[in-house]
Amino acid sequence: MLADSARGFLDEKAPVGHLRALRDAGKTHDPALWKDMAEMGWAGILVPEEAGGADMGMAAACILAEEMGKTLVTSPFLSSAVIAATALKHVSDDRAKAALSAIASGELTYALAVDEGRKFAPEKIETEARRDGNGFRLSGTKTFVVDGGFADRLLVLAKTEGGLTLFDIPADRAGITKTARSMVDSRDAAEIVLADVEATGEDVLGQVDDAMAVLKPALEAGQAALAAEMTGLAAGAFGMTTTYLKERKQFGQLIGSFQVLQHRAAHLWCEMEVTASAIAHAGRKLDEDPANAALAVSLAKARAAETAKLAVIEGVQMHGGIGMTDAFDMGFFMKRARAATEWLGDYGYHAAQVARLRGF
Amino acid sequence: MLDDLDQFRSETRAWLEENCPPEMRDGGRTEDSICWGGRNWVFTSDAQKTWLDRCAAKGLTVPTWPVEYGGAGYSREQEKVFLEELAAIDGRVPLRSFGIWMLGPALLKFGTHDQKLEFLPPIARGEIRWCQGYSEPGAGSDLASVQTKCEDKGDHYLVNGQKIWTSYADQADAIFALVRTDKDAPKHLGITFLLIDMETPGVTTRPIRLISGKSPFCETFFDDVVVPKEGRVVGTVNRGWDVAKYLLTHERTMISGGGGGITGGGRSLGAVLAEEGDALDDPVLRTSAMKTELDTLAIGLTIERYKDMAKAGQGTGDASAMLKYMGTELNKNRLELMMSVGGSDALEWDGPTGSRPADWLRTKANSIEGGTSEVMLGIISRRVLGLPG
Repeated sequence: MLADSARGFLDEKAPVGHLRALRDAGKTHDPALWKDMAEMGWAGILVPEEAGGADMGMAAACILAEEMGKTLVTSPFLSSAVIAATALKHVSDDRAKAALSAIASGELTYALAVDEGRKFAPEKIETEARRDGNGFRLSGTKTFVVDGGFADRLLVLAKTEGGLTLFDIPADRAGITKTARSMVDSRDAAEIVLADVEATGEDVLGQVDDAMAVLKPALEAGQAALAAEMTGLAAGAFGMTTTYLKERKQFGQLIGSFQVLQHRAAHLWCEMEVTASAIAHAGRKLDEDPANAALAVSLAKARAAETAKLAVIEGVQMHGGIGMTDAFDMGFFMKRARAATEWLGDYGYHAAQVARLRGF
Repeated sequence: MLDDLDQFRSETRAWLEENCPPEMRDGGRTEDSICWGGRNWVFTSDAQKTWLDRCAAKGLTVPTWPVEYGGAGYSREQEKVFLEELAAIDGRVPLRSFGIWMLGPALLKFGTHDQKLEFLPPIARGEIRWCQGYSEPGAGSDLASVQTKCEDKGDHYLVNGQKIWTSYADQADAIFALVRTDKDAPKHLGITFLLIDMETPGVTTRPIRLISGKSPFCETFFDDVVVPKEGRVVGTVNRGWDVAKYLLTHERTMISGGGGGITGGGRSLGAVLAEEGDALDDPVLRTSAMKTELDTLAIGLTIERYKDMAKAGQGTGDASAMLKYMGTELNKNRLELMMSVGGSDALEWDGPTGSRPADWLRTKANSIEGGTSEVMLGIISRRVLGLPG
């Protein structure tokens, strides 16, 4: 039911053409669309009711993300409504509650500033938060800050004396320089340089030296929702492909009657079904037993990466030359699959997590 | 509702603790620990018989079947709890059989009340062992072209022909077979689903030796076999294909791992390989093992998801082709990996790795029996994806 209502809304407001129009206009964010989504209750899908949210849980958030993936919807849903909201929910002060309210209403957007190198590795960062009186001074460079070009606030992971600490600071604080990156998937990402940026104890999310108590659940929520978006993406590309197989004629026959293509399409569908099980499981596990969801989440994200890749490669190949043209939408799916795979840990990262958790 | 299930769980746990003999708490992972039942069954121990009798008395050999047909009348959730608790004490599945996996579900759907009363309780109690007579030498993947002839002789049927790949036919008490009752009808419409006692004069079997060595497969011959008409046809004469198709979805689910747990029985491949020396130090092997583990977990979740959908009344018939295809290809990969880990040790019959070489070769049949992988992909492309025929 949630999926159906989401589909109706998204087909009207955010078909793939919406992403294309943004790209052609040189934009990476559509505040009007996000406002509409907030009015649907999506920005507050994880926000508790007393803070003005819908509090529907991760299984529901994954369903929304999957529907968004089908038409490559561009919005701060993952960064703000899933990742930041989950982090803030793990902090029980009034400031966090106010931030959750502002996320739910769509007024406030967030970006997660963790990565520093080419690959996702939150435990290997150099950005430092040096003690300075009662507060801190942050210095370092964050790369691939998704939605960092427009977000109002940043969640910055930095090293402190006894470990890692997560800071929640406004994106326009003195000493912060943002450089927008022209991304292959036409979505928003920035490089963010922090030069002696001032932070107070108030700006710490959770406890000093204990970032993971807040960040780990936030990352897992983001990874599961992103995996769900990727299965939606695979389904979107696959839908275009099967439609084409039933319409396109070559050598006097519908190409969908060729057994070699039938079997490849059927194999892809099987992979998608299996991945869908892993996604549904991750959403359920995050709602029912969040402390032990790491395996389910990494399984989902790893499988999603492999399945999305197969779906877009087959999508382009089965469409032939037209699949390579920019005028046709398949390329958008391929580019998003690559970027979504890389964000929050790729196949190798998550397969290694699964292996570790399964006693390899 | 959840409280009820918690209560059920503690009752189940207590019952298992009291009733499952210590000898039956070894997981039952080897071929010869399986109890198949049947008239000629020789129990491997008193404990095996005790365990079967105790489970059968409570309907636990077929937990979800109705009580009047020998089951426990459990819901899918209750069955899950029972299986989880059984696994928790490493308890053996008390009885496995084609009657439970295949004929039972077909009778529950297509059988008359009398047929259910006659055939289901003996299956549940492990008193009758069934085998399946589908394939013929000339009808492998093209199953509907069965030629075994069944003539209506007024007061009885007369059956003549040959079946192949009849697993355990040499040990079975009875066979459910597809026979041709109308040779002039279109091939799917002249088939009947018939139950035949293996002790009937004219029925003979011969084992088939495979590349993996000794196998449960047989050839089964019918020479002027007389079958009573009363109560021996499941469904309608000439409409046996409907029954066969339904039953095939159960067979495919079973081969994919739903019935026998070939997806690793929940055991981590990492844990398995850790017992094999420094196998995981090889980066190529490690990568391959990681992928296999991911697939194992995700396919296991998919089997559960499809069982839940089936219980919720959502059709999964054609989708069982997916489980069969993915499960059997996974199993082949898994055994290739185990052979690679075993190195030259695994090249020796009954050597240091036990039955591994035979198991490895045997998996090659998984993607052939019950419909080949290619047939499965064909079913999916036509019936699920709607691609042109």
